[in-house]
Amino acid sequence: MSDPHAPHADHSKHYIKIWIALLVLLMVSLVPAIIAQQLHLNITGIVVVTAFAVAFIKAYLVIKHFMHLTIEKKYVGFLFLTMLAFMLVFVGGVSPDVMKHEGQRWTNDAAKKVVDEGMKAEKAGGHGEPEKH
Amino acid sequence: MSSSAFPRPIATTRSATGISTGKLAVWWLIASEIVIFGGVLGSYIMHRIGHPEWASQAEHTNTWLGAFNTIVLLSSSLSAVLAHNAAEMKDGKKAAKFLWFTILGAATFLVVKSFEWTHEINAGLTITSHTFWSFYYTAAGIHGLHVLVGGIIMAVIAVDAAKGKDLQRVEAVGLYWHFVDIVWIFLFPLLYISK
Amino acid sequence: MSSTATDTAHGDGHGHDAHAPSGWDDPHGHGGHGAHDAHGHAEPHWLIKYFWSTDHKIIGMQYLFTGMFMALIGGFAVYVFRMQLAFPGMSVPFYGRVTATDYNALVTTHGSVMIFWVAMPVLIAALGNYLIPLMIGCDDMVFPRLNRLSYQLFLISAIVLIYSFFVDGGAFGGAWTAYPPLSAKAEYNLTPTGAPLWLFAVALEFAAFLLGGINFVTTVMNSRAKGMKMFDVPIVVWMIIIASILFMASVGPLIAGAVMLMFDQTIGTGFFDPNKGGDPVLWQHLFWFFGHPEVYVVLLPAMGIVAEVITTFSRKKLFAYKSVLYTAVGTGGLSFFVWAHHQFIAGIDPRMANIFSVTTLLISIPVAEMVFVYIATLFGGSIRLTTPMLWALAFIAEFLLGGVTGIFLGASGADIYFHDTYFVIAHFHYTFFPIAFIASFAALTYWFPKMFGRYMNDTWGKVHFWISIISFNCIFIPLFLLGARGDHRRIYDYTHFPDLMKSGMQDLRILATLSLVVLLVTQVIFLVNFFYSMVKGKKAEQNPWKANTLEWQCPSPPPHGNFPDGLPTVHRGPYEFSHPDRQEDYWPQNAS
Ligand code: HEM
Ligand SMILES: [Cu+2]
Repeated sequence: MSDPHAPHADHSKHYIKIWIALLVLLMVSLVPAIIAQQLHLNITGIVVVTAFAVAFIKAYLVIKHFMHLTIEKKYVGFLFLTMLAFMLVFVGGVSPDVMKHEGQRWTNDAAKKVVDEGMKAEKAGGHGEPEKH
Repeated sequence: MSSSAFPRPIATTRSATGISTGKLAVWWLIASEIVIFGGVLGSYIMHRIGHPEWASQAEHTNTWLGAFNTIVLLSSSLSAVLAHNAAEMKDGKKAAKFLWFTILGAATFLVVKSFEWTHEINAGLTITSHTFWSFYYTAAGIHGLHVLVGGIIMAVIAVDAAKGKDLQRVEAVGLYWHFVDIVWIFLFPLLYISK
Repeated sequence: MSSTATDTAHGDGHGHDAHAPSGWDDPHGHGGHGAHDAHGHAEPHWLIKYFWSTDHKIIGMQYLFTGMFMALIGGFAVYVFRMQLAFPGMSVPFYGRVTATDYNALVTTHGSVMIFWVAMPVLIAALGNYLIPLMIGCDDMVFPRLNRLSYQLFLISAIVLIYSFFVDGGAFGGAWTAYPPLSAKAEYNLTPTGAPLWLFAVALEFAAFLLGGINFVTTVMNSRAKGMKMFDVPIVVWMIIIASILFMASVGPLIAGAVMLMFDQTIGTGFFDPNKGGDPVLWQHLFWFFGHPEVYVVLLPAMGIVAEVITTFSRKKLFAYKSVLYTAVGTGGLSFFVWAHHQFIAGIDPRMANIFSVTTLLISIPVAEMVFVYIATLFGGSIRLTTPMLWALAFIAEFLLGGVTGIFLGASGADIYFHDTYFVIAHFHYTFFPIAFIASFAALTYWFPKMFGRYMNDTWGKVHFWISIISFNCIFIPLFLLGARGDHRRIYDYTHFPDLMKSGMQDLRILATLSLVVLLVTQVIFLVNFFYSMVKGKKAEQNPWKANTLEWQCPSPPPHGNFPDGLPTVHRGPYEFSHPDRQEDYWPQNAS
């Protein structure tokens, strides 16, 4: 904050604006999902990408305007980025084993079997995408 | 939890960084929470990508209730920041009022959640029925626990704030609350939109 | 350090001058606010004083004594299972016959107790609590009640763990690493109650240390004495802080993993069950992503203790203070990139094994650098071989062996052979024993006069030192030899494995076990010396070792509030020994 001795101004209008923006963004992330559902379109990629893009924007708005992280001491932001980076390192190190079911001279037969059976059940119309066609 | 009865050490009132002690501690708390949620969500994401067949389970989550709860949490974040705003203007009563609004949001969130879960469990989608649902209940459960704890702490702070006591805590608990909100912002697409 | 905004700037309601410009204050200017300077009040009941206190020194002692008690449990466990290995089937004195299930439970208990309930509480929580406020010149931790809560959680976790020994099926026996599916399914581990209780105890302990860590970090960041800049903070405080941050950053995924494993155990989810779409290797990653940084979490405070002791007893400035600091931060960061070296043969992708081999070899560079810095500090100093100094020097020597053997294991090709042999056991005991015991003894003997206002007996201290060091080496050198010959680490009775009974292998096991018995019995010397000196030792003055750091500039033991003459102001760094302009060879941080 700028000067601790200055009387604090009322920022409530600004906060309400941000809140409205957040709600609008939420709607934006819902639109592709609704369209896909109503028109039976297979646009999972678009749905997911918009949803996550919107999530990042929403998070940014909350961090900047509600948590005031951008005007906090720099190292607080760096601390959070470091923590996130560690999580990326974790996922980076683990994903070759957990996300994939085969690699250089190894296969994870149990996982492959589960995936195959699951996909078959879906094709057979188990609970997969009941409204299609 | 009365803060006046307890003699606060001089250490607590120092501020070599320029960040108040309570707020600094909340920043560190959030840092440690990032990796807790990072662990469970990272594991979930890797499994989702490795298991395309989970999509047919994710079909059954209720996007509308998820979206409604997002609105609830976003709004409770608004009242948390308005409480902070009031505290900055040294208006303890108003700050307390906004905190109670946030607590109301927390309660609504939890009520909706339990309604949603009851419905799903009755439909046979339990924590053991499929590993997708295991992640679903675990991730949302850990988050829900944070909502619950946040609500309780906020009630304690609101009572004090109404008396004009320890107003600096209003901001600190607000920061925690915004963090809980952000986690949900990501849980929503992860559990309710990716299908 | 600029410090204009305090919490007063954010709507402080609790009564002191809302425009106080400085975060650095003096106790006398505070009137009725910082009630710690009001010393006139009546002494509380002793139960309240020792069990419900928020004083950081008392909490530090609680951690210390709990840790020491747990060390007895961990020590007893290792005695019993080592006896079984040396003399299979014998009825072990004070225990009886050791069944295979007992054996597993004892090994698991030993490992988890020594790391989670001895090394962590003694090195970080006890010393951190005791030393941080004293060394940075303030009256307490910033959150005294949070501090008390953190100890209480820790105590509950210890009680839960001990309770788990007595439940149906006995204590958990799936090793301290708790790999599923063994740990996840009661059909496999046969401890339907013991396993979840163990996991719960560990998770609770993590929560306690998270709270403690946040408290430590906030205290050091915000509440240093007036004038104490970043690079005036003693190395041991820095190390505890860096360790707390490492802990915070690495334990999160494992807390999440613990919840997942708990569900697998108790309600039958399949997070780690491949037949349900889960993955057991994920647990190993979650565990070691914490587990490797964890070894640096305990290493760094030990390194810090050694820095304090060797500077004081060689009367020299720490060689390259800033390098030590940057190295510690660098090592900490790098420790997040090596974890999968524990999983080389767990079925991880070989390409990842290459990467983790390289990072593992890289991390030995900063560790070696720190050791060199300490040796350079000793070089040319006027060395006084007191008991704490002996321990500190022994730490450097013994830890070196541990670090060097880590390089053998880090090379993924060699590790295919060494993995899960006694070579690994010997490797990590050459690191953990110096950390958890040698460094702790250095710390306890060094700070004892401050903690209790009396000296420990130096002669008995040295007797204890020499027997401990010799017997320690006699335990683990044989284990290196055994491991190099392929001795597998998870075997209950070697007589069933003729290949592992060949030419003298059993003799080495017996040698290790007998040395262990000597090591354990020797600790009685320490305990007697410790408790006897507490009440009957020679009285110690305020600054018996003529050291510079602030804890020596207040009475021994320090009263509630720590600095009766007002909180100190710092003028210089912590290691100004043998300064040419001064008559005395030391220069306290707060002396003008
Ligand atoms: C800070 C001091 C260290 C400590 C406390 C430590 C501790 C440990 C522990 C506890 C284990 C085995 C855990 C188990 O399987 O139950 C281990 C294994 C290992 N350590 Fe260390 N270590 C340290 C330093 C190093 C260094 C400097 C290196 C390499 C440069 C290293 C490389 C390894 C490797 C590769 C293994 C895996 C061996 C295997 O399981 O096959 N360690 N260490
Ligand atoms: Cu390691």
